[in-house]
Amino acid sequence: MSALLEIQDLQTHFQSDMGTVKAVDGVSYDVEAGETLAVVGESGCGKSVTALSVMRLIPTPPGRIVGGQVLYKGKDLLTLTNDEMRKVRGQEIGMIFQEPMTSLNPVLSIGKQLMEPLIKEMGMTKQQARDRAIELLASVEIPDPARRLDQYPHHFSGGMRQRVMIAMALRCDPSVLIADDPTTALDVTVQAQILELMKQLTKQRGVALVIITHNLGVVARYADRVNVMYAGRVVERSSARAVYGDPRHPYTLGLMKSVPRLNHATTEDLEQIDGQPPNLAALGHGCAFQERCRFAISKCTEERPELTEVLPDHYSACFVASELGSKPTHQPQASTS
Amino acid sequence: MTSSSTGTTTNANGQENLLEVRDLQMHFPVTSGLVFQRTVGLVKAVDGVSLSIAKGETLGLVGESGCGKTTLGHCILRFNKPTAGQIHYKGEDLTKANGRRLRELRKDIQMIFQDPYSSLNPRMTAGQIIGEPLTIHGLAKGRTDERIAEILTLVGLSPEMASRYPHEFSGGQRQRIGIGRALAVDPSFIVCDEAVSALDVSIQAQIINLLKDLQRKLELTYLFIAHDLAVVRHVADRIAVMYLGHIVELAPRDAIYDEPLHPYTQALLAAIPVPDPEVEMKREHVIIKGEVPSPLNPPSGCVFHPRCPIADEKCAQTVPELREVRPGHWAACLKV
Repeated sequence: MSALLEIQDLQTHFQSDMGTVKAVDGVSYDVEAGETLAVVGESGCGKSVTALSVMRLIPTPPGRIVGGQVLYKGKDLLTLTNDEMRKVRGQEIGMIFQEPMTSLNPVLSIGKQLMEPLIKEMGMTKQQARDRAIELLASVEIPDPARRLDQYPHHFSGGMRQRVMIAMALRCDPSVLIADDPTTALDVTVQAQILELMKQLTKQRGVALVIITHNLGVVARYADRVNVMYAGRVVERSSARAVYGDPRHPYTLGLMKSVPRLNHATTEDLEQIDGQPPNLAALGHGCAFQERCRFAISKCTEERPELTEVLPDHYSACFVASELGSKPTHQPQASTS
Repeated sequence: MTSSSTGTTTNANGQENLLEVRDLQMHFPVTSGLVFQRTVGLVKAVDGVSLSIAKGETLGLVGESGCGKTTLGHCILRFNKPTAGQIHYKGEDLTKANGRRLRELRKDIQMIFQDPYSSLNPRMTAGQIIGEPLTIHGLAKGRTDERIAEILTLVGLSPEMASRYPHEFSGGQRQRIGIGRALAVDPSFIVCDEAVSALDVSIQAQIINLLKDLQRKLELTYLFIAHDLAVVRHVADRIAVMYLGHIVELAPRDAIYDEPLHPYTQALLAAIPVPDPEVEMKREHVIIKGEVPSPLNPPSGCVFHPRCPIADEKCAQTVPELREVRPGHWAACLKV
């Protein structure tokens, strides 16, 4: 089965006073129709910049997509003109942003913001657009949608605004939905409501969902497959089950051990990952994680490990991946040729 | 709890209570009008809260935004003067303290803030930030630099960093400076208000471990305010759950997680995903509807009843008392 959206060796760099910041440094991942893919990593690992690059929303300057391809249904989005790209946004790929407080225009009513693209892009009449907007608000479970349509963003709570954002992202029936940390700004009970709603709507419509998050619990509950990112690269990829059950990258392993768990009764200290994430403007030749890594060998400082298949459908970018788990991995291929 | 003649009380295990809050209320008036401000409503941020914290204990205080957990913390530090109720600290009522005495007491009670970015003055060096409380309270005279170096080492930074400004530090390091500032005056009680929630997972673990380590070394008592129940499980001895200004459940840590009594606690626990796909597949995902109502116009009776899956007519009329359902396990629900 071919992927719906395929990112290949994407590189996005930012110019700063400190030099070139390689925010995304050769990221590849793909999403199939109907699946839920998680991209997980900490602040500054490049997970959001990758998504913004896919949508071509990187502010230029200072940012620039310097390499790679973003194939959507086989077509490279990076080669489209701005007008063609505008059609892709919303109609083909929808996006939900992290901050429901700042991603709506405060001086326009919710209805106006929902209806504008329906009229402009889809060619609906005002009445058709209004009916469709009411239908959309009802689909994201906003009570009394006809009345709410004429209200302004400040009349809505955080959770309600995020529901509006979901309605907006889905208004032109996209086939991919990218959600960039959709629930971090929300309370836990509301967070669960929003995630359930997204899961249910994407399932109903067969939309591929990409959840970008730092919350390992959210990934475990909702994702089919997981990409773990660190310092602008994907360091591990597999099914959620395999990544959590048998992590093959020291960073993933460290994350799993350092996250406090609701279901563990322990008074012992958490295992921590020492040190800080590296400066993306001054990355060396080797593995970006080696300074914080307990398993690092001398090779790690000299050569950057590539993402390789260490177990069936389980990829890791680590030279010592075989020593991390219980099951034996593929033998590294000898470089004879 | 038994009262002794000195005003200090002890808990069930005979430990001395460092802090005891009795029936605390903090109401904020809502005013209208430009010149003659009329009071048009009351936000009951904290509405009749009682709890106690023993010496050396960590009490976790959890709840969603607007439940009053931060306001309760602010009342203990006397950032706000409570509307009613008492806060006994080492036997003395904080709500009655003023002026010089209040300043003395504040040396003993410190706070660690949530946002490591906005809680440090960007124009002061790390050394000045940690040194300021020493000057204010007239401590470590003549050996301020020495004390600053000592504190920096204690929180896992190096003494050379004293001359650096906040922007030169990462989020985790800034939080260490914030912790250092709180520790500089050698307090016995610290209110940690969402102290780790702004940090990334790998850094969060470092700070949680640091706080626990400092507690052992310096015999500190913490009120740990957080919204993340998973984090609280790792630091707290007992946990209080707040909802709309009320404590709805208070119990030892494991009892809260293993046998939650209040429907709100159960809903909170069910809403938090566990980082393990195997566990998540087996879990039932019951999600409560609705959002926290406005504290300006709270529901009648039990404040949770409009969202509660087991509520009936009685819950809309009667305010449930926080009562001891099992030894040490308190809940405010008519149905348990």
